Amino acid sequence: MALKTPPAPHIHGDNSVSRIMRRVLYALVPGVVAMTAVFGWGVVVNILIAVAVAVVCETAMLRLRGKPVALFLNDWSAVVMAVLLALCLPPLLPAWMTAVGVAFGLIFGKHLYGGLGYNPFNPAMVGYAVLIVAFPQAMVQWLPPTGLAESALGPLQTLQVIVFGQLPPGLAPDALTHATPLDHVKTRLAEGLTMQEIRGGPVFGVVAGSGWEWINLLFLTGGAWLLHVRVIRWQVPAGVIIGLAAPALLFWLINPEQQLSPLFHLLSGGAMLGAFFIATDPVSGATTPWGRLCFGLGVGVLAWIIRTWGGYPDGIAFGVLLMNMAVPLIDRYTRPRIYGHGGR
Amino acid sequence: MSIARALFGFPGGVRLPTHKDASTGSPIATLPVPPELVIPLSQHAGDPARPAVSAGDTVHRGTVIGRAPGDFSATVHASSSGTVTAVENRPVPHPSGLPEPCVVIRTDGLDTRPADGPEPLKDWLSASPARLRRRVADSGVAGLGGAAFPAAVKLTPGPDTDVALLVVNAIECEPWITCDDVLLREHAMEVVTGARIMRHILGAPEVVIALEAEKRAALDALTRALDDAGEPGMTVTRVPVRYPAGGEKQLIQTLTGREVPSGGLPLDLGILCHNAGTVAAVARAVEHGEPLTDRIVTVAGTGVGQPRNYRVRLGTPIHRLIEAAGGYRGQGHRLIVGGPMMGFALEHDNVPVTKGCNCILVTESHAVPPPEPALPCIRCGDCADVCPMRLQPQQLYWQAMGRDHEGIREDGLFDCIECGACAYVCPSKLPLVGMYRHAKSEIRTSDEDQRFAEQARQRYAFRQARLEREQQEQAERRRRKKEALQAERGAGEKADRKAEIQAAVARARKRKRGGGES
Repeated sequence: MALKTPPAPHIHGDNSVSRIMRRVLYALVPGVVAMTAVFGWGVVVNILIAVAVAVVCETAMLRLRGKPVALFLNDWSAVVMAVLLALCLPPLLPAWMTAVGVAFGLIFGKHLYGGLGYNPFNPAMVGYAVLIVAFPQAMVQWLPPTGLAESALGPLQTLQVIVFGQLPPGLAPDALTHATPLDHVKTRLAEGLTMQEIRGGPVFGVVAGSGWEWINLLFLTGGAWLLHVRVIRWQVPAGVIIGLAAPALLFWLINPEQQLSPLFHLLSGGAMLGAFFIATDPVSGATTPWGRLCFGLGVGVLAWIIRTWGGYPDGIAFGVLLMNMAVPLIDRYTRPRIYGHGGR
Repeated sequence: MSIARALFGFPGGVRLPTHKDASTGSPIATLPVPPELVIPLSQHAGDPARPAVSAGDTVHRGTVIGRAPGDFSATVHASSSGTVTAVENRPVPHPSGLPEPCVVIRTDGLDTRPADGPEPLKDWLSASPARLRRRVADSGVAGLGGAAFPAAVKLTPGPDTDVALLVVNAIECEPWITCDDVLLREHAMEVVTGARIMRHILGAPEVVIALEAEKRAALDALTRALDDAGEPGMTVTRVPVRYPAGGEKQLIQTLTGREVPSGGLPLDLGILCHNAGTVAAVARAVEHGEPLTDRIVTVAGTGVGQPRNYRVRLGTPIHRLIEAAGGYRGQGHRLIVGGPMMGFALEHDNVPVTKGCNCILVTESHAVPPPEPALPCIRCGDCADVCPMRLQPQQLYWQAMGRDHEGIREDGLFDCIECGACAYVCPSKLPLVGMYRHAKSEIRTSDEDQRFAEQARQRYAFRQARLEREQQEQAERRRRKKEALQAERGAGEKADRKAEIQAAVARARKRKRGGGES
């Protein structure tokens, strides 16, 4: 009788990578519903296209690399990456562009570095960066919130527009595109208008962009649940929120007529999606408790700088990518004091 | 008696399913003496004992069969009476699975004690600490919590070290294990007496007996025993149930808020920890003159019929214990010595119970599923959240993978207590503790290699220097010799030359003269 003698410990908790990733997906649901309500079916179509491309790319790359396909597909990480990227895209972005972004992010951002766990950069943001650099025009053409749209597209019409580029008859392309509130304000401010004058426009809701504020609040809700089930820790979201809001508050107090309020910043664009779902990617983010806070702060401050002075519609993506580069340094200098080393 | 102590807690830790009720339902049962005892000579940390008997010798319960070769070792006694049939290598409960020297005894069922055994020391309070220490050492007491550290060594802190606090550790933070729990329930007085004896040996002003908040029955028994003993300065402290609360470093931090310095000992803080079972064994050794020949073992797990605690003679084969506990249940077993978090798995059940065996855990394969294929680390940091040593296991993992020996040492690899909390929570199911152990042994080996290499280099350099010096000396000697020779020869040659010249002159003269003649 020779029994198995594996190393200790002989019992394990029930957590798994798969469960973590699935929980991230569940937590995205409220935000996705809100986005769909505001921007129409394009959001859902984008997600479906991105997930399909991701699964195909992931499978192909795993085959090529000689890795067990079922094991790694089952970790759901490719799906999470695809959904996160899809949520950053304009709702009517041509399908092939979405495919390019997802494929680049997965193949170059993840698998060429060694696959799950080995990528230094957030793959979804790598895909986003490629898209915004390659197709700057298409990437800023957001839909107006449904309340403002002259005509909302049905699911089939949306699919047609996205996949084949065919607009329904009698609809001009202009009617469907719209700058995001962040972009809108930036352009107007550049034209010399004051915040008070800009505020009067229909793109504004209660405190931030109409529609966007609700989307951000619902992503915040999902993020809070992730915190509750301990998939993420408080440091990164807190860092992003403080990093974004603190400089915004300072500049807004100095010059409220030329600067966006901190609340506007927090409830606009990808702020909450970034704070709770994107910057919290464990693989490419910092890993020590203080390191996570530093990482989040960096993302927030960079996002605010890019939003305020940069040429891109939002700053979260580049904030995350830039901070990814700083991760080894951050982790090195924020290591907690080990038990018994210079303690009391 | 007071329960006074504000607790400080320790960072990290995990809540584990405890499964304690499975084996505390019935009182301690005594396992009959088996027909054959296999008693390993190395049941403790430190040097193995040297055999003191040979085949054919008659032994009694308590006869010394292995003598400690030095201070850092422990005496081994026969656990029952009978005849020694062999002193040979037998399989022992050790992670390596290698056989080790054992004394094999065929028992006679009489269980007699030797006539010249140690006297009971009822009046230990008037005995000198040195004498009591000697008694503990002669009784072969080693840490019964699992590490089996020789107790007498720990009771000898050295002349310049004051022990301010003696901690009796009755915390069994690993699931399933209850041997200290039942010991306290049934023999609380033994533990209290043992603690008093140790305190007397050490001169410690304060004694704290620590147990989990859940052990209510044990707490009641202990409280009563302490009241009966009526000794001031001894308290019971209840500690929240969280793994690894019973780890020595964690317990000290919980009780005092202080940390044992890295690479140091609790003694550096004036603290000494002993396991409750060890303390009771000291009481029996001193008060009753009984060497350590048995211990309480928890038999538990889903793979065994009747989980229970047994008083077992050291050297009893584990299969006897499992048979007594209702035999194996279900299929696909795993046999673990110690708890599920830090214990090691056995290949078979024909190994003896030793001083460090606090628990035999039998699991079915469905309760302990075969390890799932590990995924790569996603740096989620769950491991760092539970690490009681405040390490960053996810970083150590990368360094271990990359064989970054310098980095991993700097990041505290050798501070890891191998509690397994990180591997327990890891969502990627990485065998983290195994990797750290491997890295530790790799570094130790490479350190050793480096030391050898350095020694060899020094020897080589020394040899080179010596050769060079010898060569120089030789050259010097040669030069001197040559000079001396030359000087000698020089003097000789001069004389020779003169003679030669004179001879030549004489010959020439002769020739001249002769020529004229001829």
